[in-house]
Amino acid sequence: MYPTYGASRGVTTQGQDTFKLYSGMMTTGVIVGGLVGVLILWTIIRYRRRSDEMPKQFHENIPIEILYTGIPVIIVAFLFLFTVITENKVDATVPANARVTSTGTPVLDVKVTAFQWGWRFDYLRNNVSISGDVTNGPDHHGPQMVVPVGQTVQVTLVSNDVIHGFYVRDFNFSRYALPGVVNTFDLDVVHTGTFPGQCTQICGLYHTEMLFSVRAVTPAAFQSWAAGERASGHTLQRQPEPAANTPPADTNVTPSSALAAPSSKKGSL
Amino acid sequence: MTTTIESPELIEPEEPGASDGHGTGGHGPDEHGHDASHAHYEGPTGILNWLTSTDHKVIGKSYMITSLVLFFIAGGMALIIRGQLSNPTSSLVNFQTYNELFTMHGSLMLYLFAGPFAFGGLANYIVPIQIGAPDMAFPRLNALSYWLYLGGSSIMTLSFVVAGGAASFGWVAYAPLSNAINSPGAGTDMWLMSLGLTGFSAIFTGVNLVATIFYLRAPGMTMFRVPIFSWNMLVTGILILIAFPVLFGAVVMLFCDRHFGTHIYSVSGGGVPVLWQHLFWFFGHPEVYILALPYFGIVTDIIPVFSRKPLFGYRGMVFATLSIAALSTGVWAHHMFTTGVVLLPFFSLLSYLIAVPTGIKFFNWIGTMWGGQLSFQTPMLFSMGFLFAFLMGGVTGVLLASPPVDFMTHDTYFVVAHFHQVLIGTTVFAGFAGFYFWYPKMYGRMLSERLGKIHFWLLFIGFWVTFIPQYIVGLDGMPRRIADYLPGNGWTGLNVISTVGAMIIGASFLFFLANLVTSWRKPVPAGDNPWDGGALEWFTSSPPPHHNFTHLPPIRSERPTWDYNHPEHRKDESHGDKRHREHDKETVGANS
Repeated sequence: MYPTYGASRGVTTQGQDTFKLYSGMMTTGVIVGGLVGVLILWTIIRYRRRSDEMPKQFHENIPIEILYTGIPVIIVAFLFLFTVITENKVDATVPANARVTSTGTPVLDVKVTAFQWGWRFDYLRNNVSISGDVTNGPDHHGPQMVVPVGQTVQVTLVSNDVIHGFYVRDFNFSRYALPGVVNTFDLDVVHTGTFPGQCTQICGLYHTEMLFSVRAVTPAAFQSWAAGERASGHTLQRQPEPAANTPPADTNVTPSSALAAPSSKKGSL
Repeated sequence: MTTTIESPELIEPEEPGASDGHGTGGHGPDEHGHDASHAHYEGPTGILNWLTSTDHKVIGKSYMITSLVLFFIAGGMALIIRGQLSNPTSSLVNFQTYNELFTMHGSLMLYLFAGPFAFGGLANYIVPIQIGAPDMAFPRLNALSYWLYLGGSSIMTLSFVVAGGAASFGWVAYAPLSNAINSPGAGTDMWLMSLGLTGFSAIFTGVNLVATIFYLRAPGMTMFRVPIFSWNMLVTGILILIAFPVLFGAVVMLFCDRHFGTHIYSVSGGGVPVLWQHLFWFFGHPEVYILALPYFGIVTDIIPVFSRKPLFGYRGMVFATLSIAALSTGVWAHHMFTTGVVLLPFFSLLSYLIAVPTGIKFFNWIGTMWGGQLSFQTPMLFSMGFLFAFLMGGVTGVLLASPPVDFMTHDTYFVVAHFHQVLIGTTVFAGFAGFYFWYPKMYGRMLSERLGKIHFWLLFIGFWVTFIPQYIVGLDGMPRRIADYLPGNGWTGLNVISTVGAMIIGASFLFFLANLVTSWRKPVPAGDNPWDGGALEWFTSSPPPHHNFTHLPPIRSERPTWDYNHPEHRKDESHGDKRHREHDKETVGANS
């Protein structure tokens, strides 16, 4: 029903909705583009020059022209309709500071701060804060954001320096961390697993290494993970601040200073 | 129109070799017999001619040569970028150099090649001839445009050598990455200066072309007889007048932020970073069509010639171009869907709607070929390459008009593949179609069909090998503008294929250069009308004389030369007024 065409089927309900839209649009595109391509190819082969006879010099055919104006209008009207339906689902968020969604599932608030060059994940109600810069974190894949499945995760995404892009391929979703703007979106993760993420918006020298990952676990595992992090001192009050990424004022000068003294981790990806 | 009014008998063909300092020679046979019998044109020759010329043909060629040089520089950067990405542990260049390379690759290709090649180069050369004018409306302004362009291009290209290197924030220069704190180097200021200078160059050329097309058309050349290439240049000129002043304003404000302590784009001073994106893309999306429409015009002129038929749906084509232009001013925020601060449905709907006039163009191109006698010389081959490339780029573009699909692909290689297919489809396939098509007119000599066809097939194969893997790797999550990736990402194989494709594209241009060299070494005279073309430029000599025409055929359709050469095939329904038909074989003076 929904061929993947190279994309992820999505591990969030939002991502799955997006995937279905993408798949349907790709099918439409393959059909329409394929028909036009075959038509061009057929015309090229059928009407290649075979004699010096002069072809009929016709200029227009109004009914056909109206037809091939009208049909695309109808196609894009349908595409737009499905786009709006999906967009409303993907963009829907529970009210700020809600404890539960309308269906009663608990809401987890995570404030994600993108900075040059790393990520900080503040679990506002769990008193947990995880952060990491360019190459620290598990296997040098950057810091890890742990979320429970079956709960609504409401992310508030901010940046204090330049624009970054929060992107997780298996969520079929990205959003800018835009200075001066607080972006809010909901993620309903349905599958456990570890999903790589990465900054997608060029943000300076170490944009390439601005990795992170999302690990989705069961709600019980999430609670024990949060307790463990609190016990390790990764709390909102005493955030570990790696020297290279004290946000925001100092990080603003890192491009030039980093150039002058390249990090030893440089190129170690 | 200050220097251009002369009586026809004073006009004689341009001195071969006087126009561009490269020596043209090999003047094609002149059917009209106006070669040596006239007074000599008094003007400087050689380098001095090039420096002082206000002749649109000299300026047009200067534009083309300059922009092609920049195209090869930027193409070389692309090969380095592909080399760096060919394996996950590559250290061909460091991060800083990589960031400079992709920034300058995009900037040179988009600002300094794609627009100027078609709009400053081909349009400058061809439009006045196509509409039967002796020169552009403002020849000195035209020269100023070129010198601003050359200066601006040099500044941007030379920014590599200053301390801190070239600009390294991507060709879109999003604030606040482009501010004085994050991008302190002089390279950024040179980048901004270059945009200012070349922006004014574009504005002046836009004014010039609009005035030329509105006021300098030959008698009989009504608006609905203007060839589509010139029509598209008119619409492009209008779009430039809408878009480039906005870019200039944005650039000046960024410069003030960087040097004069303003806070227009900085949060700390109460400014709004996303304002840059609004202003930039309000320029940037019309810019996409400023880049594309001229190239649509090229293939729209080429396909009828090699089909031996008139254009199918001429008026539909004009209205499609006008609606694309109108819609293009209202879709800028589809580049900003993931910012979270734009009204998604509005920009989505308008973006979708652009597919409709674009589809009309496709069907008109097919309709033109339908029932024709198609021959596939190099210009037509490149036009066919354009059709397939642009079809693929267009279909993936429709997907990106949908905000949720954009969320999942934004800033990944999917988008990179999409816009390279659109832009290479237009600027390279259609651009070189135009170059092969009009080169005989400009230099009076043919290019080799054999080398041209090798160029095409290598380019065509390399093009798909390069970009199809990029769609796939983008959907697999590879972001754009990264210098490196992890072996565990599984992106290595696709990137290797893409790099091989890029090398094939690079190799194809060796055959293009060989073709140019061959045509200089062993000229094959072109004659006035080697392709049996229908527009006015094929009526005059190759290259055209100073002020372009000694006499003109009657203009009764958008194919006056065709009508003149094939009177038996001219139809009453060709867009012209029937009342002029009795003047069939008369000719009129060039500037009467």
